[in-house]
Amino acid sequence: MKVLVPFKSVPDPNDATVAGAAASMPKSVINPFDEIAIEEALRIRERGEAAEIVGVTIGASAVDEQIRAALAMGVDRAIRIDDSRALDPYAVARILRALIEKEAPHVVIMGKQAVDDDSNQVGQMLAGLLGWPQATFVSKIEFLDNKTRARCTRETDAGLEVVAIELPAIITTDLRLNEPRYVSLPGLMKARRKPIEILSCDQLRVTVRPLTTTLSTSRPPKRAAGTRVDSVEELMAKLRGEAKVL
Amino acid sequence: MAETLVLIEHDRQHAKRPSLHAITLARQLGGEYALLVLGHGLDEIAASLVSYGACAVLVADHPALAEPLADRYATVIVEAARKQGAKTLLGTSSTFSKDVLPRAAALLDAPMVTDVLAIEETDGSISYRRPINAGSILATIKVEGDRRVLTVRATAFEAPAANAAPCPTERFAFDATSLPSGMEFISREQRKSDRPDLTEARVVVSGGRPLKDKETFERLVGGLADALEGAVGATRAAVDADMAPNDYQIGQTGKIVAPELYIALGISGAIQHLAGIKDSRIIVAINKDPDAPIFQMATYGLVGDLHQIVPQLIELIRRS
Ligand SMILES: Cc1cc2nc3c(=O)[nH]c(=O)nc-3n(C[C@H](O)[C@H](O)[C@H](O)COP(=O)(O)OP(=O)(O)OC[C@H]3O[C@@H](n4cnc5c(N)ncnc54)[C@H](O)[C@@H]3O)c2cc1C
Ligand SMILES: Nc1ncnc2c1ncn2[C@@H]1O[C@H](COP(=O)(O)O)[C@@H](O)[C@H]1O
Repeated sequence: MKVLVPFKSVPDPNDATVAGAAASMPKSVINPFDEIAIEEALRIRERGEAAEIVGVTIGASAVDEQIRAALAMGVDRAIRIDDSRALDPYAVARILRALIEKEAPHVVIMGKQAVDDDSNQVGQMLAGLLGWPQATFVSKIEFLDNKTRARCTRETDAGLEVVAIELPAIITTDLRLNEPRYVSLPGLMKARRKPIEILSCDQLRVTVRPLTTTLSTSRPPKRAAGTRVDSVEELMAKLRGEAKVL
Repeated sequence: MAETLVLIEHDRQHAKRPSLHAITLARQLGGEYALLVLGHGLDEIAASLVSYGACAVLVADHPALAEPLADRYATVIVEAARKQGAKTLLGTSSTFSKDVLPRAAALLDAPMVTDVLAIEETDGSISYRRPINAGSILATIKVEGDRRVLTVRATAFEAPAANAAPCPTERFAFDATSLPSGMEFISREQRKSDRPDLTEARVVVSGGRPLKDKETFERLVGGLADALEGAVGATRAAVDADMAPNDYQIGQTGKIVAPELYIALGISGAIQHLAGIKDSRIIVAINKDPDAPIFQMATYGLVGDLHQIVPQLIELIRRS
């Protein structure tokens, strides 16, 4: 089985402060949900169910560091689709579709959401474009029936749900799927020798133009810090009197 | 015909209240809007939707839609949007709409904006405000083309009034034999709770990492929530440690809440958690670390050990 994992490079969410602004330019990392997707692909290969893991990211050469990190985790080979534009999820999905048609993986595992744009769209759009089944927000994956189907547990607003999907399919990851491994030194050494293929949208014969543009950004109004209270009694008095919530 | 088609979510008994908040945006956008419900055995739910000022309630009622499988649902939603000639397909952010609507957007060949907080109008063209980077930035987004899919944050739009003259309900007919069949529903966890729904509750009590285990979490967080007739929430740390189920998680990648009163017990106030609680009217933080970031945005902060404070609080509320 061949597993394809799309991943995005994002500002490190652990660098963010309450105000949202990090002290300095945050470093870039693999989107945490995509890191979970990579980890799951590795475990599937380690169980003997996958022969090859292909990682793909769309971006400019600045993301090469995250590609090396993915290869160091254990991805077999990586593809960077060279595009430095501010793409929207639909544009990303259309580019990924072209690559998936070329690579013909048995399953695509990817993050449910990129933690910079928080869109939560690409996986589902990709499934729609390809006409493939999808299992989103997944916390458990098992392959069935000689790997022609997968049984996936999904994290929904109402609790856990189990679906079975025919392959090929798109699976998007949630936080509880696994805990990604740390990159090891031998992994890093090996990663240097692994190939990174660079493709353009032209080579993939796909022309996309983002249909959404960000006109402006602003900081949300800050919630002011309130009052410290010294006792449970004082808290109750505030909630009753001043706040009138009890 | 309708300019806007609003997808309504239900739990088989009732339309989910937060999902109605998308109707408020449909009204702001202007033009006629239709409501769409999918499922099986929908008569009562459809009947409950006729007074929201829509031009019609479309009902896709069929055994093939008994479970919300994204491939089938997206196909039917797109057919309905096409038949209505709708320019905007609208829903309220939830795991249901996030599963189904981006797929529908791709089938409609339309871009999508997730988590709309407000619309802005400049020179006759509409743009959409939405949070990015765990809510630390607000972005104003312009959409090109004549079709778009949007989800709204329920907490950013009021509940719509149900005082319009009743509109017709129409059965939406589609060819069930041609629906995709690559997804199969297996099971859903059945968990019964007498507590209010997290996203609808007036009071939410949440617990973090120091609650240690399921029992302590339930006794302290659950106990305080029950004393206040509130709902229970959790941080990612508490869910990861198996103290609480996944659907209790509040934040950037979980649920968004905006109750009258939010009580944070042993929660540090990471930006990813704050993203889900910022619009609560009153925030109370109980934390033993006086420098915990949560105190920077709490309305009332109490420094101390929650294991001592919470039982006292429960006792005090019970007595009054
Ligand atoms: C991609 C990504 C997505 C995420 N999504 C979410 C999300 O949706 N929701 C979410 O919540 N988190 C999310 N997180 C995690 C988030 O960054 C924090 O790690 C998490 O919110 C911390 O949870 P906590 O406050 O329970 O634990 P901690 O940060 O460990 O804080 C525990 C607090 O309890 C206090 N404390 C300890 N003992 C006591 C005591 N006896 N009495 C009183 N106070 C005590 C401590 O002083 C501390 O402030 C996400 C992280 C990432 C990277
Ligand atoms: N530029 C990109 N390159 C590769 N994958 C991407 C890119 N942008 C988004 N994705 C994938 O799409 C997922 C969902 O992103 P989003 O819909 O933007 O929240 C991410 O977790 C990635 O797996």
